[in-house]
Amino acid sequence: MLSIVEIDYGTPKVASPTTVELLIDGNAVRVPAGTSVMRAAAQAGISIPKLCASEMLDAFGSCRLCLVEIEGRRGYPASCTTPVTAGMKVSTQTPKLADLRRGVMELYISDHPLDCLTCPANGHCELQDMAGVVGLREVRYGYDGANHVHAEKPDGSANPLFVAKDVSNPYFTFDPSKCIACSRCVRACDEVQGTFALTIQGRGFESKVAASQDNRFLDSECVSCGACVQACPTATLSENTLIDKGQAERSVTTTCAYCGVGCSFRAEMKGEEIVRMVPNKDGHANHGHSCVKGRFAIGYASHPDRITTPMIRKKISDPWQEVSWDEAFAHVASEFKRIQATFGRQAIGGITSSRCSNEETYLVQKLVRAGFGNNNVDTCARVCHSPTGYGLKATLGESAGTQDFDSIEHTDVVLVIGANPTDAHPVFGSQMKQRLRAGAKLIVIDPRRIDLVRTPHIKADYHLKLKPGTNVAVLDTLAHVIVTEALVDETFVAQRCESEAFAKWRTFVAQEKYSPEAMEAQTGVPAALIRGAARLYADGGNGAIYYGLGVTEHAQGSTAVMAIANLAMATGNIGREGVGVNPLRGQNNVQGSCDMGSFPHEFPGYRHVSDPDTRALFEKDWGVPLLGEPGLRIPNMFEAALDGSFLGIYIEGEDIAQSDPDTQHVTAALSAMQCIVVQDLFLNETAKYAHVFLPGSSFLEKDGTFTNAERRISRVRKVMTPKAGYADWEITQKLAQAMGYPMNYSHPSEIMDEIARLTPTFHGVSFDRIDQLGSIQWPCNDDHPDGTPVMHVDEFVRGKGRFMLTEYVPTSEKVSAEHPLILTTGRILSQYNVGAQTRRTANMMWHDEDRLEIHPHDAEERGISDGDWAGIRSRAGDTVLRAMISERMQPGVVYTTFHFPGSGANVITTENSDWATNCPEYKVTAVQVTRVSQRSDWQREFHSFSEEQQDLLDQAKPADTLGRA
Amino acid sequence: MSITVYVPRDAGALSLGAEAVANAIASEAQQRGLDVDILRNGSRGLYWLEPLVEVSSPAGRIAYGPVEVTDVPALFDADFLRGGRHALALGATEDIPLLKSQQRLTFARVGIVDPRSLDDYRAHGGYRGLDAALATDAAAIVQIVTDSGLRGRGGAAFPTGIKWKTCLDALADRKYIVCNADEGDSGTYADRMIMEGDPFVLIEGMTIAGLAVGASYGYIYLRVEYPHAQRALEAAIASAEEQGYLGSDLRGSGKAFRLEVRMAAGAYICGEETSLLESLEGKRGQVRFKPPLPAIEGLFGKPTVINNVVTLASVPTILDHGAAFYRDYGVGRSRGTLPIQLAGNLKRPGLVERAFGLTLRELIEDYGGGTASGKPVRAVQVGGPLGAYLPASQLDTAIDYEAFAAIGGMLGHGGMVVFDDSVDMAAQARYAMEFCATESCGKCTPCRIGSTRGVEVIDRIVAGDHATRERDGVLLRDLCQTMLDGSLCALGGMAPLPVLSALDHFPEDFSGAVEPAAT
Repeated sequence: MLSIVEIDYGTPKVASPTTVELLIDGNAVRVPAGTSVMRAAAQAGISIPKLCASEMLDAFGSCRLCLVEIEGRRGYPASCTTPVTAGMKVSTQTPKLADLRRGVMELYISDHPLDCLTCPANGHCELQDMAGVVGLREVRYGYDGANHVHAEKPDGSANPLFVAKDVSNPYFTFDPSKCIACSRCVRACDEVQGTFALTIQGRGFESKVAASQDNRFLDSECVSCGACVQACPTATLSENTLIDKGQAERSVTTTCAYCGVGCSFRAEMKGEEIVRMVPNKDGHANHGHSCVKGRFAIGYASHPDRITTPMIRKKISDPWQEVSWDEAFAHVASEFKRIQATFGRQAIGGITSSRCSNEETYLVQKLVRAGFGNNNVDTCARVCHSPTGYGLKATLGESAGTQDFDSIEHTDVVLVIGANPTDAHPVFGSQMKQRLRAGAKLIVIDPRRIDLVRTPHIKADYHLKLKPGTNVAVLDTLAHVIVTEALVDETFVAQRCESEAFAKWRTFVAQEKYSPEAMEAQTGVPAALIRGAARLYADGGNGAIYYGLGVTEHAQGSTAVMAIANLAMATGNIGREGVGVNPLRGQNNVQGSCDMGSFPHEFPGYRHVSDPDTRALFEKDWGVPLLGEPGLRIPNMFEAALDGSFLGIYIEGEDIAQSDPDTQHVTAALSAMQCIVVQDLFLNETAKYAHVFLPGSSFLEKDGTFTNAERRISRVRKVMTPKAGYADWEITQKLAQAMGYPMNYSHPSEIMDEIARLTPTFHGVSFDRIDQLGSIQWPCNDDHPDGTPVMHVDEFVRGKGRFMLTEYVPTSEKVSAEHPLILTTGRILSQYNVGAQTRRTANMMWHDEDRLEIHPHDAEERGISDGDWAGIRSRAGDTVLRAMISERMQPGVVYTTFHFPGSGANVITTENSDWATNCPEYKVTAVQVTRVSQRSDWQREFHSFSEEQQDLLDQAKPADTLGRA
Repeated sequence: MSITVYVPRDAGALSLGAEAVANAIASEAQQRGLDVDILRNGSRGLYWLEPLVEVSSPAGRIAYGPVEVTDVPALFDADFLRGGRHALALGATEDIPLLKSQQRLTFARVGIVDPRSLDDYRAHGGYRGLDAALATDAAAIVQIVTDSGLRGRGGAAFPTGIKWKTCLDALADRKYIVCNADEGDSGTYADRMIMEGDPFVLIEGMTIAGLAVGASYGYIYLRVEYPHAQRALEAAIASAEEQGYLGSDLRGSGKAFRLEVRMAAGAYICGEETSLLESLEGKRGQVRFKPPLPAIEGLFGKPTVINNVVTLASVPTILDHGAAFYRDYGVGRSRGTLPIQLAGNLKRPGLVERAFGLTLRELIEDYGGGTASGKPVRAVQVGGPLGAYLPASQLDTAIDYEAFAAIGGMLGHGGMVVFDDSVDMAAQARYAMEFCATESCGKCTPCRIGSTRGVEVIDRIVAGDHATRERDGVLLRDLCQTMLDGSLCALGGMAPLPVLSALDHFPEDFSGAVEPAAT
């Protein structure tokens, strides 16, 4: 079912510089050339009946309801498939057309159930609407003929055409008896999602929608993105929540809180209850598409595990005590003040999260800098994209991706390195797939065969299957080929880049040691492939690089980011549509949390705390003196905690005990602290070590903004009351007040106004302006009043682009006889990050445990079969996962996801980190894998600790809910 | 010196026992120590005489038929190798009146040449059309074809030159020639006869088409039930490649054209050109909407000429003899010749290639010899399963696209199926709907649901009483109108034609098995 508020114009919008005027029912209409008659009519307010058409899909011409008469043309052309021509005279309503349409509807209804009143689509069913529009009064065929409606024929025998409901998918129901075979679902799966899970099976009257080889939806290739459900004009594919709750009564536009794509959604509401999440067709990042997480996996927000009352305890072995908000704030303030009084001003700090809104993150860093009086604030971007900030700032001058997502429509060569868009950024992954199907070439640099390498109708031109940890080596060899084979865009480099730095870089990468042949043994990538890929990227038209954590989470993460920027500059692939350097951000607000000054060394807008002018600006506005020395980074906080000099921390929305590397080190540090305050929806892993729990609010319960991977600032809108009473920004504000630092915002828009006032790249941003434009890509200021889709157009933000030397230094994490394999990590579509949200949804049906992917050869050597327990041991620790034998892997490399705390992925990862930013080297850990018969010691301890903590939580609850868990 | 004996390898002849006859002749000759060279030719199209055995003689070929295995010793005894007298002797083949009176342009070599021999093809005038094409430019070829008046012989009768011009004018890095050889209309076999009997003429026609529009690759989408045609085509393509008539440098011209045979998906709808393209691309055979025309956006999105076998096979003659030669045959806007395939209840079923203009009656009576049953002709279905049923009163209609259109009929691919007066026209109307229901791709609603409802309504009419019959008759006509005007392609758009013609011309057949008592 389409959104309850959107108008569907029937066929996609056409962008054409020329317009055409035609007459529709006597009205002059002017539209871009190439527009369909149907869309032209709709734009003029004339609606032509339709069923198989939707503007999300290419015209199909099958339902035959939209037939029109066109002067001078024979027959009755379908308005959806007929492009406008100048002077065309169209009649959309004639007696003949009325007869035809009624005739078609009579056929439709002769094979459709007559249960409208009890049908989930009732009220928004397009078939029902069309029956009304054409004035169908009678179905003369009767209902006893061949049909897909009844399980039995009139004579009592089984109806072979009938297919029972498929309720295998947890989020939607497929009821073939209501299907009108319009193919919208099939086309959505193809044209919007690009998965090709659906097909029309059989022909003629037997045509039916089938998933894969006539499988149940859950057993098919379906990725549950929901595009088919949205496309369905009847109740054949309906959200289960719609079936359960009935039609929504209002729609509120908001932004998804999952990955960095930042999809815009319409939350369809009934009172304070969400009926459905429908991706917003006008959403600038997603254009009406979504994935299984954003559309369906929102059940966590109302999950019984949600904690809605503040709690405190003295020691982590004590039961939790429920307290009032005021008591909680007073307790935290008193503890933090005590610690500071005893151990010094630097003894406390704060961590914010990429899942928080811009306004929330801004307040946390303000609380730390102005309220705590130090710079001990950091964010989880530390452990994901901090090298992006560093590397892009150094080379291009701005810590952000250069393009908007739509830029890919102009890309000729897509280079994906260390990213898995179809799993981790699925909606952009779909857009990328459509572009690749339209002819763009593809280079994938990844140790593992990700789906993009070979997926229906897409095959990578080059898959550089490198050894983990050799990104910089591979990037340098690509640069070597570009430099030594005269593939440099000399004009661009001469005009736009620092010539001295370029000359040095050219000499540097031209060294024989960076030739693909010389590096082959290290990288594992055949030299010929490197040469081919380099030529393609440099010479294949617009080249765009998309990268993810597979680039940043390395000892040389920042180096790799700079090497990527070097490649783009050397080939002139920057500063226009279709090119650029595009970090795919893991979480919804990675970009925003970095923009908001959540790193210990930077104020909002990436301005160093040591800069006196910036500091003066903030001191004046905030009314307190500020420190000019950077504060502690997360790993420094742990060290300081173990040293006894850092004892209090305020953590909002982040779960460092699960997501930071070397878990045992982290938990030791947490155990050494005196006051850990966790603000979250759930008792997460960190909260199990906490002394104060402040119940947070989900993205549905507050106003604010998220900034996605394209620097796009979008509104998050409150659709329901915060379950614990306060939105997160209010909690931070109250805490500041309790600490004695005044904060008195009455709405997050005022926080954004302050951000805009103090941050040059945000000067033009306000909630009102975002409401006007839909979303804004920063920089947004007097120079760019509507924002900036593509950066560095005429010159780089730093003036001239700066080539950085990127010496390849192999990681110290090396395979040895003791640890002969390399473990690397990644994500899976159905789960998100540490899993706190998605594990509390039916997404568990697709992925209910992290598994160790291992090449058949490595498995065979170790006597490991699919599904066996595999012990994984690194120098940091060991854990046990079930094995999954997979030819996606190369021999010597194993892989796992990290969505379950009990998996202990970070028990194994080491303390190694990026030389510039301390971003952990999650992607390279030398391990040994053996077949084992039970879980690891750590896992067993983890399990019993978790049970204890759950008991302590349960004890805090009123008696009537005890025993729930 | 050995004597050449011709025994067709045409699938029609084979189904009548030609293989056994060939074997019998070979072994009989061996037993008798006679030096016989058996050549497997195509069929002359005189199917009532198949297996038609011919022997070469200085005066031309002498025909015997229909020959059964048991006739073979007697033929030898009668010294048929030297044209001896025998009950099956038909005299000189060329003088058989029903062959002699034909105007064989497209079928000029079918039954005469060795389909496996490129040399034989050339010896009989083959590849002169290509020589002419190579000597001129693309636009000129298109002009010649346009001037010839050739129209698509697959059914739609669209002017071939105009189609080619559209494709020629479309700018693209690659273009295709696609031959629609998914011959599936009832009572049709002209395509098959050409592909089995003279495959080089199709290859030559496609090559010329490639030169005409700038396409360097062609596909023959061949009906999956035509294995003999597949073998003949593949052998011919191989020898054409070997001798430089296909490949990257056609006859040293520097121009390229390659060809491959792709077996069809076994669905009638894949004979519809856009479904065919989908199928050729490896997809479900589902109709595309037009525009875009295939000539602009066809196979794999590239400009594509898609023509029927007979159309393409008519091109070499036109290039060889000139546009005027071909245009001088025919009447009105129907120029040239049409290979008509006679089938159904006839004494002499077979292929008749004649210039447009002769009448249905001449075809059925003079060539077909009237019904096989001897009963009067009641109806003729021309143009395949979607063609109207014409009553005996319309037999004087001329074979001419416009004349047929004027009576609500169509020539289609030139197949005719004749019925005598024992036919039940309500059953035939039902069959038309049933055929549509079976073969519908299922994309558009009028065809997908309408054809199934059509069968049901006809059943109700036949089984019903007077009152319901009248109401259902109105419904059936309304349904036919919805399908005619609303369907996406010709399958749903024409399936009502046989139904409506049956209703119009034979209403008495719809009054049910038991007439209501007269009042």
